[in-house]
Amino acid sequence: MSTTTQSQFFQQLKKYYTFYTGGFIAFVIVLAILEQMGLPPRWIGYIFLAATISLYAGIGIMSRTADVSEYYVAGRRVPALFNGMATGADWMSAASFIGMAGTLYLAGFDGLAFVMGWTGGYVLVALFLAPYLRKFGQFTIPDFLGTRYGGNLPRTIGVIAAIICSFTYVVAQIYGVGIITARLTGLEFHIGVFVGLAGILVCSFLGGMRAVTWTQVAQYIILIIAYMIPVVWLSVAHTGNPVPQVAYGQVLQQVTQLENEFNNADTAKGAAEASARAAFKAQQNSFEARIAALDEAVAAGNGDAFVEAQRVETDSPADFPATPDALKAQWKKSADGAKAKTGPVSAHAQAFSGKGAEKKLLNDNPDATAAEIAAAQAEDQEASNIKRRNFIALVLCLMVGTASLPHILMRYYTTPSVREARKSVFWSLLFIFLLYFTAPALAVLVKFTVYNDVVGSSFASLPAWVANWQAVDATLMKIVDINLDGIVQLAEITIGGDLIVLATPEIAGLPYVISGMVAAGGLAAALSTADGLLLTIANALSHDVYYKMIDPKASTIRRLTISRSLLLVVAIFAAYTASLKPGDILFLVGAAFSLAASAFFPALVLGVFWKRANYLGAVVGMLAGLGVCMYYMVITYPFFGGVSANEWFAIKPIAAGVFGMPIGFIGVIIGSLLSRAPSLEIQQMVDHVRYPSLVNDIKTQAA
Amino acid sequence: MELSERHQEYWRKNLRLTAVLLAIWFVATFVVIFFAPQLNDIVIMGFPFAFYMGAQGSLIIYVLIIWFYARRMNQLDNEYGVQEGEE
Repeated sequence: MSTTTQSQFFQQLKKYYTFYTGGFIAFVIVLAILEQMGLPPRWIGYIFLAATISLYAGIGIMSRTADVSEYYVAGRRVPALFNGMATGADWMSAASFIGMAGTLYLAGFDGLAFVMGWTGGYVLVALFLAPYLRKFGQFTIPDFLGTRYGGNLPRTIGVIAAIICSFTYVVAQIYGVGIITARLTGLEFHIGVFVGLAGILVCSFLGGMRAVTWTQVAQYIILIIAYMIPVVWLSVAHTGNPVPQVAYGQVLQQVTQLENEFNNADTAKGAAEASARAAFKAQQNSFEARIAALDEAVAAGNGDAFVEAQRVETDSPADFPATPDALKAQWKKSADGAKAKTGPVSAHAQAFSGKGAEKKLLNDNPDATAAEIAAAQAEDQEASNIKRRNFIALVLCLMVGTASLPHILMRYYTTPSVREARKSVFWSLLFIFLLYFTAPALAVLVKFTVYNDVVGSSFASLPAWVANWQAVDATLMKIVDINLDGIVQLAEITIGGDLIVLATPEIAGLPYVISGMVAAGGLAAALSTADGLLLTIANALSHDVYYKMIDPKASTIRRLTISRSLLLVVAIFAAYTASLKPGDILFLVGAAFSLAASAFFPALVLGVFWKRANYLGAVVGMLAGLGVCMYYMVITYPFFGGVSANEWFAIKPIAAGVFGMPIGFIGVIIGSLLSRAPSLEIQQMVDHVRYPSLVNDIKTQAA
Repeated sequence: MELSERHQEYWRKNLRLTAVLLAIWFVATFVVIFFAPQLNDIVIMGFPFAFYMGAQGSLIIYVLIIWFYARRMNQLDNEYGVQEGEE
């Protein structure tokens, strides 16, 4: 390998990946032809799964290595462009690929917090971290903390924090892999998890970072093609314009117009919606009355008898809840479900809408006094302010978290130079941007389809994709004719966010092979992120704990063997955790960002920009930041027994980092000022990372 | 390893560039969000302005910030003689 120069290497890579992209497109075309000739969809799913995973395995095996520098940082010769693609795949998880457009569909403007937060963080990576970490040039993020602050304690805290945030994140990814594999092939979820696990391990086991890098580039190419094709097609179908990101402005206006019609009872559509909402209101009231009766019976001491009496009357007594508590929970859920359907449609582009208290007041009581109206307006304003505050806090946490997650920062160790590291952040964000500025367009295009085509169609002749998805999975698509008029109203449609990306090919009228490709894209997104995360955890344990702290004299072979064994153990443990289907996945992912932002960001940034920062500062800052962040989550998040009444300034637990991070900064500053300035050697090391090259420079780069 | 006056100047320029770009980042993100309800009254090509920024405009600004930083810093390295040798 030493015989090829960097520019020859770059040319070779370009050639390989161009062939590869062409090959992938040809493969999809061949499958499309086979589909026309009668290949059943299930087989297309199997072929996609087998073909893509064996492709990743092939790259993984070809990239096997016994060299430490190759294993940990891909030999530090990944060109900026390719490191950008790999970072893109590393970054974009199943949540970005499948969940993002769905969140935007359901939440409208408020969902944009994820789009801004998960891109703007790269500005912080570029300005504060990537070039300096590259100059430092070792293997892991705890390496930097250990060298900059001296002693094992900052390194150890770094290892623990890296494991906490990466592990919560990787469990969510493996869960995603299980779901997609199950959907693609019809296998059971648990089997899907372990098939996916095999896919993850074949990439990283033999070749470490080197193998992960080259598979991630391959995975980026698949995921971006799979995301774009259906959206472009849908855009052409709706607007005649093949650039959805430009075209959807017009569509958004049509959506807004339809929203106004739905909310205006004087129009035909508005009247139909009003009747559907009234029917849901009646349903809600009926459940609430039943709950009241149940409560009364329980208070009188004969709750069980009440449940028994109800059971006899139902059609399927076997499924009926056995205890008063279970029955109450079930009814409460039904009442809440119905209640969610009684309100007006919220406007897609509107920022921080209030609770609608004023509208409701005027609706219920047209003769309300000026004082009552003012009170309702104040209530709306307060609700709107809280939403805005949470939006800002979430964006900040996601951005700073992006700039603190070890699996992302680690990627900038792999470029050949500081120069390339700077350029590489640009390529990374550009490749991520391609998907992130498409997702809001997709959300609006699908919303228009639902508002315009599905609403108003008759139950006897629903569009085919609606009927299909309703049959496949009722949590993703459900329509009930609540007001029995035989026509679909918007209030009667319940959509799960994940439907948006998965169903787009069918909505656009594309053949099944494209659906298979989209699922393969989602799989690539989840696998690539899981690879990067698992490697981060295994490296933190093998390199930082074993090699740096337990046995610094370990031989290369021993280090790599330990690393691989740990990778296997962590992967299996993560897959086991994922197969238990732990609660709220989205919360776990968000929590990882808040934790990373609180633990790492202050110590990393001040380590470069403030020479005075020292050992005590880092220890106090990291522990205080992490501690405050975790404490806030525990007191406010129901899963840990917290209640929302404990919230500070009504900030949701997912944005706990907004408190942890400033405390972390304060901790580093106070701790540093209370103790002696760092040694001359460490100050020299800071100068060393600040300048790409110095005369008589010291050396920190490993291998 | 002695740092000359030139080196100090390089670092000061880097800090100034970082501060300016960070200020742009701040405006494109937090100022836009703070005034989103008001900005949304302006409609361009069918997009309410704050929605457009959140879905596209701010993202483009982020990409440009990073592009400019990389370009300017790589130039600055050469001007101040702290660039890396060819590998």
